Amino acid sequence: MHIKISNGFIIDPANNIAAKHDIYISEGRIAAIGKQPEGFTIDQTIDASGCHVIPGIVDLRARLREPGLENKGTIASETYAAAASGITTLCIPPDTTPVIDSTSVVELIHQRANEAGFAKVVTLGALTAGLNGEQLSEMALLKKYGLCVGVSNALKPISNNLIMRRAMEYAASCGLTVFLHAEDEGLAGNGCAHEGAISTRLGLPGIPETAETNAIARDLLLIEQTGVRAHFCHVSSARAVQMIARAQYDGLPVTADVTAHHLHLTEMDIGFFDSNCHVKPPLRTQRDREALVDALATGNLNAICSDHEPHDTDAKLAPFGETDAGISALETLLPLSLRLAEDLSLSDVINRLTWQPAKILGIDAGTLTIGEHADICIYNPETNWIMKSENMLSAGRNTPFEGWELKGKVEHTLLNGKVVYSIHE
Amino acid sequence: MKHHDIQLDKDGKLRHFLTIEGLKKQMLLDILDHAENFSSVGNRQVKKVPLLRGKTIANLFFEASTRTRTTFELAAKRLSADVLNININTSATSKGESLLDMLHNLEAMQVDMFVVRHHSSGAAHFIAQHVAPHVSVINAGDGSHAHPTQAMLDMFTIRRHKQDFTKLTVAIVGDIMHSRVARSQIHALNTLGVPEIRVIGPQTIIPNEAAHLGVHVYHDMHQGLQNVDVVIMLRLQRERMAGALLPSEHEYFHMFGLTEEKLKLAKADAIVMHPGPINRGVEIESTVADGPQSVILEQVTHGISVRMAAMSMALGRSSLADQERSQS
Repeated sequence: MHIKISNGFIIDPANNIAAKHDIYISEGRIAAIGKQPEGFTIDQTIDASGCHVIPGIVDLRARLREPGLENKGTIASETYAAAASGITTLCIPPDTTPVIDSTSVVELIHQRANEAGFAKVVTLGALTAGLNGEQLSEMALLKKYGLCVGVSNALKPISNNLIMRRAMEYAASCGLTVFLHAEDEGLAGNGCAHEGAISTRLGLPGIPETAETNAIARDLLLIEQTGVRAHFCHVSSARAVQMIARAQYDGLPVTADVTAHHLHLTEMDIGFFDSNCHVKPPLRTQRDREALVDALATGNLNAICSDHEPHDTDAKLAPFGETDAGISALETLLPLSLRLAEDLSLSDVINRLTWQPAKILGIDAGTLTIGEHADICIYNPETNWIMKSENMLSAGRNTPFEGWELKGKVEHTLLNGKVVYSIHE
Repeated sequence: MKHHDIQLDKDGKLRHFLTIEGLKKQMLLDILDHAENFSSVGNRQVKKVPLLRGKTIANLFFEASTRTRTTFELAAKRLSADVLNININTSATSKGESLLDMLHNLEAMQVDMFVVRHHSSGAAHFIAQHVAPHVSVINAGDGSHAHPTQAMLDMFTIRRHKQDFTKLTVAIVGDIMHSRVARSQIHALNTLGVPEIRVIGPQTIIPNEAAHLGVHVYHDMHQGLQNVDVVIMLRLQRERMAGALLPSEHEYFHMFGLTEEKLKLAKADAIVMHPGPINRGVEIESTVADGPQSVILEQVTHGISVRMAAMSMALGRSSLADQERSQS
């Protein structure tokens, strides 16, 4: 199968390309950019006039809900929503049911993803067995068969410093990156919103900024001691960004990501108890939001991710604090990120969605380099559309962006040179 | 979806009573004036008016309460409504789904109003967003968020004793952090134009962002009580000791308990209030609770007329005079 993508504007930050070129795809891989290779017979042409052609988006964190919570989503439903959103690689945290702490669970997930065929799925293994924070998981085995690209304790904090140290040491000797959710369990308590003006007004139990920064301070000291490569997930506060930037400046092997919703929403958006704004870590202040955008521009925050958490309707139908946290976020990831092109260059935005997250995961993805798998997103940057939950493809319709006017719509998504989504079909 | 003015109908009339926040001063004064009209009903031979005859009101209490539930029940009965008391074991409805299911079942029995107390902040808003268009919701306390009828009965009591809100200094003492009563009182006092509101307590039970609510924070009772016109004491919950918020009731009484001696720092004609039930010897000394400056029992009595006002306004039948005129 030989495909030509014609007349598109190519943005490939890894290769420093931002120009109008044709792309030639052969046998699922990028064959050439610009000039048609000799002997290349075109079987199919995709007209990308007026569109941007970028590497398929690599989403650092998305929950597909399978196995364990198929009432909220399945691998098939969520990977299709991903394909329609230009996402070609999804990284799954280990908090499925059962937990990803054995090779059989990972094999099941990969098998289901392959059957669905809409997006590539990579997995993080559990850092501790059952995510219980007590015993190490079999992380060497999880890595050995190429099944897990990193380890994480997902949203479960490890309060015991010694266990955290051991887990980091063991991960370091396995050559695995540790993905950290920075939360001090005691300080976060039963909180459900940022401890600040809004939680005070609404009488909601607060999660103070120190719940995040205290955990980061501890983790940074242990990272320095153990030498493990570490990645901080969904950083939410200005102070946290400062601490991470300082550590990077000091040469620690540390990266970090931010979610698209933390870049666009603040505690104010909770309004009068909008449970779609119940998210972990909580939406913080305007000052924090600005700092997150700034850090994304400077590169101290390396990647933007969806932190996709689809929920069934009932999960959000309760008083705020009793609802499940999380946002169904695959379908807003690209357009919300494109909105940031005022604060950083378009090329930087695309970089933080593709090449940077691929580097963090250590996988071959996120570029249009010749010879690489042809995972490609083609979107029209000028299409305006209104976000309506009833039109969502994810099984979870829990979005705080209902009614937002967004710009940028995916027209085609290719996975290994095969069209897995097309707006025209 | 954000429902900022969910409390008001399209004509700006009270439809639900969920929080004081966002209501105009005139609305609060209307509630107080209506309550004033109702206050005589309790002194009559027949303690009833037929304003809500034929209406069904369900008291939905997800949290234990004696005083609030009883006064709501009395208020509804004095308005001639039919009252349904439903006490729900909280463990049986930990899921929103069953909460909504229960509401819809009660709606199917043609209930006109829910009076709701719930342990989660935002519960009353949540319920108000999901009831049928003809049903009203009154918040009888949701988590640490709001308790608007309590705040209004407190305003009623203050107005009885201190005519002009715009000349008052009011101190609220105790656990502001967990108090829905304090939050609603602060909104009401600010809306009614009270120039100085103080909150007094140790830092552990005063939110860091308390100043955002429009109050001055004091950690020293002796400073905080200087020259105040109204002292509102809050109930101290026993479980606060377990969470390392306070060392002991003994120490709390020494530092923040209202004694006759400390009360002398306030103005000579200051009134002492408490939403009840009181912990004697913890937040307040018995001689003060039962003393000449205490209006604590008056608050309870006023609770009935204020709740009559809120219920009848939300059901669109607030005018006692109109009703009685039409009957004569």
